[in-house]
Amino acid sequence: MRNFIRFIIRNHFLLLFLLLEIVSFYFIFNYNQYHRKVYLSSSNQVSGYLYERFSSVIQYFELKRTNEELARENAELRNQLDKNSFYAPMLPEIEVDTVAAQQYRYSAARVINNSVNKHFNYLTLNKGRKDGIAPDMGVISSRGLVGVVLNTSENYSTVISVLNTRLRISARLRETGFFGSLYWDAGSYRYATLSGIPAHATPLVGDAVVSSGYSSIFPENVLIGTIDKVTIDQGEGFYEIRVLLSVDFKNLEYVHIVEKLEAQERLELEKLSEDD
Amino acid sequence: MINLLPRYLFNFVILILLQVLLLNNLQFSGYVNPYLYILFIITLPFSTPKWLLLVLGFITGLIIDIFMNTLGLHASATVFMAFLRPFILSSFSPRDGYEVGTRPVPSDYGFGWFFKYMGIMVATHHLFYFFVEAFDKELFMATLSKSIVSTLVTVLFVLIAMLFAKRDSNTL
Repeated sequence: MRNFIRFIIRNHFLLLFLLLEIVSFYFIFNYNQYHRKVYLSSSNQVSGYLYERFSSVIQYFELKRTNEELARENAELRNQLDKNSFYAPMLPEIEVDTVAAQQYRYSAARVINNSVNKHFNYLTLNKGRKDGIAPDMGVISSRGLVGVVLNTSENYSTVISVLNTRLRISARLRETGFFGSLYWDAGSYRYATLSGIPAHATPLVGDAVVSSGYSSIFPENVLIGTIDKVTIDQGEGFYEIRVLLSVDFKNLEYVHIVEKLEAQERLELEKLSEDD
Repeated sequence: MINLLPRYLFNFVILILLQVLLLNNLQFSGYVNPYLYILFIITLPFSTPKWLLLVLGFITGLIIDIFMNTLGLHASATVFMAFLRPFILSSFSPRDGYEVGTRPVPSDYGFGWFFKYMGIMVATHHLFYFFVEAFDKELFMATLSKSIVSTLVTVLFVLIAMLFAKRDSNTL
């Protein structure tokens, strides 16, 4: 026993080093267990406060661009309204039905921290539990899909960005309806990769890639990007498609958080069939 | 020794704030990720106990990890760098060792000495960090070039930080 203690004392530097490295790597490989812990993420009170104060100074430099973006979005929404009112007279009166009930609720939030050049990019938003934000809600901007809420504290939330190698999104080709899985391969922040589109589909450069609506996170048909390059290896059954993302992650100021109103019901239903 | 405490506490807070508020938002390209916060570990006094180096490295890394949502990544790289520090220091030591009461800063041992020592430390940290980060998918060469470019930029930032410290040789 005394020899053992002497051994520890003599090698305490090496042993402490090994211990701390083991703890660190345990954190790295079990990030799934720990990323839900609010105090270990950027949405905790201290870092959230810091990020918010700092970004509220920076945002003044972005006001012009933010205004232009809002005007553009307003025009787009107005176009949609016009389209609706043009068709409206031709439709018969719709009876009130739960099918027509509001399915998604949107709330605006400001991006207070963001990165595009890391391997695992996250955003921090200035809305939290207090504003009804919960993990697994979708985040979109006026230009397209941004990410998924990972963590919420009282006033802040952490969002896992599309530009994060740990996120995969179910995506669909808008023209042909084939769907696959979209992920980021840590290269340029402008491009992501779509895989799982079968070889008999005919994806064309310029086609839109949208969210599939199979998950309860995003509404259907939220724009993700457009096809930039299509490749298929000899003998492979699936295309590998490079997608030009529609959101410019370097210039993200305001985003919308999407809450699916019957998500709970749907998840419970799906869980039932999973258990069988 | 004890009168160094407030100074290092100040360095610690300033370097972490610089890192998370400014440097993490620098976006030249996907290849450049300078990590200046390790300057805190680099400039700790020679008399710092070895175990304390590791513990401080772990705490610094973990705080950066929390801000960046990369739990464990920076902690592991900084602990690795702190572990190698005594060996790197002894391989660069002058003929009769380091004098008592001095610190590994340019004002004590000259700019050339500091540049070599700091360059090796930064490269150690960045290589370890980027290889652990890429781990399974990314190509060897891409990670290597990322580490080298980031190392050069971090070294540049350390030199800038040292310019600010020069006016009052007590800081950093």
